[in-house]
Amino acid sequence: MIPLSYFLVFAAALFSIGLYGVLARKNAVAILMGVELILNAVLVNVLAFWRYRTPDKLDGQAFAVMVFAVAAAEVAVGLALFISIYRRRNTIAADEIDLLKW
Amino acid sequence: MTTENITWLLPLPPVLAFFLIVLLTNRSRWLSHTLAIGAVLLSFVGSMVVFFRAIGTEHLGEHPITSAVNWFPTGSEWFRIGIWVDPFTAVSLFFVAWTVLMIFIYSVGYHNYGQPKGDHDVPGLPPHGATIKDEHGHEHRVPSIEPMYSRFFAFISLFAFGMYTLVVSDNLLTLFVGWEIMGLCSYLLIGFWYAKTTARAAMIKAFLTTRVGDVFMLLGLAYLYFKVGSLSYEVIFAPETIQRLAELPSVIVGLSAAALIGILIFIGTVGKSAQFPLHVWLPDAMEGPTPVSAMIHAATMVSAGVYLVIRFFPILSAGMEHDSLTPPMLAMAVIGAFTAIFSATIALTQKDIKRVLAYSTISQLGYMVAALGIGAYVAAAFHLITHAFFKALLFLGSGSVIHGMEHGVMHTGEHIDPQDMTNMGGLRKKMPITFWTFLIGGLALSGFPLVTAGFWSKDEILADAFGHGHWAVFLTLALAAFLTAFYTMRQISLSFLGEPRTGAAEHAVESRWTMTFPLAVLAVFAVAAGWVGIPEHFPVVGGLIPNWFHEFVGGTLAEHPETVAFNWIPLLTSLVVALGGLYLGWLVYRGVHAGQADPLQRPLGPVYTVLFRKYYFDELYDLLFVRPAIWLSETFAYLWLDRGLIDGTLHLVARAAFSVGGYLRNWIDKPIVNGFGDFVGESVKSLGRTLRFIQTGRVQQYMVMALVIAFGTLFYYLFFLAQP
Amino acid sequence: MSVIQLIFLITAVITLGAAIMVVAARNLVHAALWLILTLFGVAVMFGLLSAPFFAVVQVVIYIGAISILMIFAIMLTRRGLLDSGSQFNKGWWVAGLLSLLSFTALVWMLSTWEGFHTPLPELSRDTDFVAALGAQLVNPGGYVLPFEVASILLLAALIGAVVVAWEKKA
Repeated sequence: MIPLSYFLVFAAALFSIGLYGVLARKNAVAILMGVELILNAVLVNVLAFWRYRTPDKLDGQAFAVMVFAVAAAEVAVGLALFISIYRRRNTIAADEIDLLKW
Repeated sequence: MTTENITWLLPLPPVLAFFLIVLLTNRSRWLSHTLAIGAVLLSFVGSMVVFFRAIGTEHLGEHPITSAVNWFPTGSEWFRIGIWVDPFTAVSLFFVAWTVLMIFIYSVGYHNYGQPKGDHDVPGLPPHGATIKDEHGHEHRVPSIEPMYSRFFAFISLFAFGMYTLVVSDNLLTLFVGWEIMGLCSYLLIGFWYAKTTARAAMIKAFLTTRVGDVFMLLGLAYLYFKVGSLSYEVIFAPETIQRLAELPSVIVGLSAAALIGILIFIGTVGKSAQFPLHVWLPDAMEGPTPVSAMIHAATMVSAGVYLVIRFFPILSAGMEHDSLTPPMLAMAVIGAFTAIFSATIALTQKDIKRVLAYSTISQLGYMVAALGIGAYVAAAFHLITHAFFKALLFLGSGSVIHGMEHGVMHTGEHIDPQDMTNMGGLRKKMPITFWTFLIGGLALSGFPLVTAGFWSKDEILADAFGHGHWAVFLTLALAAFLTAFYTMRQISLSFLGEPRTGAAEHAVESRWTMTFPLAVLAVFAVAAGWVGIPEHFPVVGGLIPNWFHEFVGGTLAEHPETVAFNWIPLLTSLVVALGGLYLGWLVYRGVHAGQADPLQRPLGPVYTVLFRKYYFDELYDLLFVRPAIWLSETFAYLWLDRGLIDGTLHLVARAAFSVGGYLRNWIDKPIVNGFGDFVGESVKSLGRTLRFIQTGRVQQYMVMALVIAFGTLFYYLFFLAQP
Repeated sequence: MSVIQLIFLITAVITLGAAIMVVAARNLVHAALWLILTLFGVAVMFGLLSAPFFAVVQVVIYIGAISILMIFAIMLTRRGLLDSGSQFNKGWWVAGLLSLLSFTALVWMLSTWEGFHTPLPELSRDTDFVAALGAQLVNPGGYVLPFEVASILLLAALIGAVVVAWEKKA
């Protein structure tokens, strides 16, 4: 009843919104939220493909598990970095952290 | 050892001595002169052996002692060189060996061997004397040893090598080699005291003047080789060859090949034996030490010229019929006779003792040349040999006189020329041996009858001239003989007779035994050498001793020359001119005082000046030849050609290279090459300067850029490249 | 429209709306809360995709841990960017353009794929997905290696985070 296309379009939309969040927001944590949105879109995509294309194999699910783990790890490290940066530079606006410039 | 082998070895010891002295023993004087004298003694002994064996050989002229080897290949044949002993060679070896040995011994004493080193002596200048203290503390000046002692012996050894090579060679090429070696040694020895400008000028003059003669001689040799194909005596003097050459026309109209070759070869002799017009070098050659003058310019080297024409007589006389003279012989007769009288007139006025002898040598060589010119083969050879002995004697005697005068100069401290005869006088008391031997030599030169060698040889020449009807030659030679006797007696009177005219002459001393011993030996020959050639029909003494010389040496020619019939006129003429000249000379010059002008000056007047200045020939040659040559070399060749043309071309090329280089550098290298390099660098830098602003340090901007490019590439790939 | 489709539509609208609020919210804490809502919506989606395990994992991990962590981080970095002023950087319109472009491109690309309209296949009901997944995760012939690597990754992340954020004593 629900063709694959619905899920794929939904995941694409979520991905694009997350992309906008990554590229346009100043606050570093807000950027990280955008990244989370992207990762979620990926998860939806992976599971949709698993459910619709290869439901008897479990590869898609295993992949989704990995994505979860990676996302968690990445958020942890990223936030630790932000805190460290905040302590040094007293700001976490992405466009103010620009020491590695010309 | 065979005669051939000995003859091969004759030139060897002197050249070995030369090399050993030059390379090894230069520092040791004793070793050098011992080597030199030892070498010449060996050659002397060898020459004597060869001579005595040669005179014991029958028909030596027809079957000469020869030996030859292949030297270098000439196409299909070989050029052979070797030795050749015929009668003329044998007698030449005799006089060469004796005179050379005597002169070598004389040189030891002449260069003051054993004397201390001079105070201010430098190599290149004659020694000036050393100051020594005797037992009373008085200082004396004594003669000092020659600084370049060993060098002298090296050079005269090389010279002896040259002369021996010339005498024993069997072909004209090795003869020419010996000729040129002697020319070189003459050059080196005339300029022995090279620090003197006069010596340097004289050595160059000698070399260049003889060179003129040598060039023509070489042309003659080349032409001969071209026509005959060989230079060996065996081939060129064969009757068939002579016949062919006499008939062959040469490149000059009117002359046969033999005549042209003969004239060219004779010109070589004109140079080497100082005949007119190439006589100018011999008087200046007196700059060399006296043994050099004796050996080279009296006994041997100038004799080599006469030796050559005597050797060459068959070709010179080719085509001769009876008493008519061939062109070369005519040339020889004219030039020889003219030279004889020409230089005799100059000798009348000269003051330097050696110069008188130099002009006398020129005159006597003219005699020999003239004799050969009229066909008196044996007489010419005879005079050559006797002249060698008494002229060497006279030169060595003059050297002894000069040494004595120098001793006197050192004693008195006067500043006079020890060689000037007007400063001498009365030396017969101070230097008796020198006096007597010099007197014998002088009488021989003048042709004093019977007891001197010169008489016999000179008489034979005059007899031949008269007998064959060559009146002009006869009269000229007779007049020259008169002048010869006159100036000889003038020389003896001024030097030895009368009273000393200067303090130096008063204090002259006799020379050492190394100098007087050779004088004595040569005096013996000056007396006795003539007796081997007494003509058969001579009154009283003729026939007692056979005319061995004529028999022996005459055998050298293919046709044995006949002896001229005896005639009283030439004999009387010769007696008159000789005795008359001697008496007149003694009369005029016996009482010359110090400071007195030459007694001939007033009678002769302006003629005296012309004679004294040697007919101004040196000035003439300077104008005609020397100055143009100097102009040619200094201005034309050096300034115009070398500096102007060659250097100018080089400078032009250099400038062109510079300008091309500059052009390349400024128009191509700098703008294009450098410019391109700079352009690349600058454009990269400016690109960088423009592009670096992308690196803002803001991560989000980087991401945006990456995504834009990624999407763009994806877009391009999907829609333009991949076909659905 | 069937019930499933309706549920899907509502869930999709809510999720996407919440996502837009996440990226547009001025107040960061509000953005975090909107994020939680989005994650809930995604969990529902997982349920719709017959992966209930993942729905639970999503709630527990994402909402329970990650979002809370984000709220902590926001609070710890409060003074840095107070909720005033523009929350967007200078090139926001390029980002908007790009996201639109990416959406369009993705949808279009997928639409040309023949499997775009795959209907839902039947599941065999007797498989226990979770147990099977667990078995696969520790199966040496299966995914044990990625599993172990992921665990090491988490360990590294843990240690790394601690080290990075360690406050040095002044």
